[in-house]
Amino acid sequence: MKTDDLITALVADRAAKPPKPKAAIMAAAAGGAVIAAVLFLSIIGFRNDIAAAVETYRFLFKFVVTLTLAASAIALALQVLRPEASPGRWLWGIAIAPGLLLLAVVAELVVMPSATWMPRLIGTNARVCLTVIPLLSIVPLTAFLWALRQGAPARPGLAGALAGLGAGGIAATLYASHCTDDSPLFVMTWYSLAIGLVTLVGYLAGKRWLAW
Amino acid sequence: MGAVEEEWAVLMRAAMAGDEAAYRAFLTAVTPSIRATARRNLGRFGLGASEAEDVVQDTLLAIHLKRQTWDQDRPIGPWISAIARNKFIDLMRRRGRNAQVPIEDVAESLAAEDSDVTLDNYDVHRMLDNLNEKQRNVVRSLAIEGVSVRQTAERLNMTEGAIRVTLHRAVKALAMIYREQKK
Repeated sequence: MKTDDLITALVADRAAKPPKPKAAIMAAAAGGAVIAAVLFLSIIGFRNDIAAAVETYRFLFKFVVTLTLAASAIALALQVLRPEASPGRWLWGIAIAPGLLLLAVVAELVVMPSATWMPRLIGTNARVCLTVIPLLSIVPLTAFLWALRQGAPARPGLAGALAGLGAGGIAATLYASHCTDDSPLFVMTWYSLAIGLVTLVGYLAGKRWLAW
Repeated sequence: MGAVEEEWAVLMRAAMAGDEAAYRAFLTAVTPSIRATARRNLGRFGLGASEAEDVVQDTLLAIHLKRQTWDQDRPIGPWISAIARNKFIDLMRRRGRNAQVPIEDVAESLAAEDSDVTLDNYDVHRMLDNLNEKQRNVVRSLAIEGVSVRQTAERLNMTEGAIRVTLHRAVKALAMIYREQKK
């Protein structure tokens, strides 16, 4: 096929205009979050003492971390879907949420006696945390990967990992309203593990499906 | 932004708004620059310019299928350059080589050589082999014989809508040909 003929074919191909990738990401974030929230509320639900919990700093801080993570991952995903984007120092945005969490861990270690550290870190919900966060991530992750396929990320693995972080952040935000372990020590250990797992899945899926 | 790049951006904006003539002009205008860049890169790795057309066609297909990823407020040159570079790296990978390719500005590529080479040389023969018969008939009629959509529809006894759908699937299939060779 000659290149001129190919051009003729491309010009004639106005069948389906693909969705704009930025709009696709926003739709994936909104749609993924709503579906995950419906699943969460109908199957798991809030913790029983949520009215009292919202008055504690530790409980509220979990949302600061998870929402910051989701927002920074989505913001970066909006960048990397352009082929010429070089996120460079913007990638440090991903470090904001873990950085905040680290400060909270230090504060926790300062104010709590050392004998309570391990019980707080182990908590009572570790297994639930490791199950629920990845499960709630499935729909948002799938939605983000679909949206990124409308884009042209230069680094498919990175784009997939950001999809995983964003999905993990959304899932962790929901799960945090169920979990009664509010210590930053618990969050640092188990939330990170659960979100890390989702990120790894996103990375591998990205390498496989986001190359173009 | 250079004058060349500005001109491409104007054409592409019109194309995105639905102007087919502008789209043809855009694709025709960028092709020599993409070709010149591809040749220079091939030369850098000691490969013949004969493979350049693979990169050119693969790049045009990606530009087409990913045209929505161009942010119309940003310069178009780096966008085209990034796609062309990605497709060159793909070609090298198909050859089993992991190429470190410098980021080059396609808009800066002079393509003077192009004017005196007959376009007959640029034929990627196997391109149509991977299409199914229906797709091949539509592409051959529309692209190679230059028959209009309406006449093609009459000739192949299909609706115009079906012709468009078949063409779109064919374009996607053409892009996949390169992807599958990589695996």
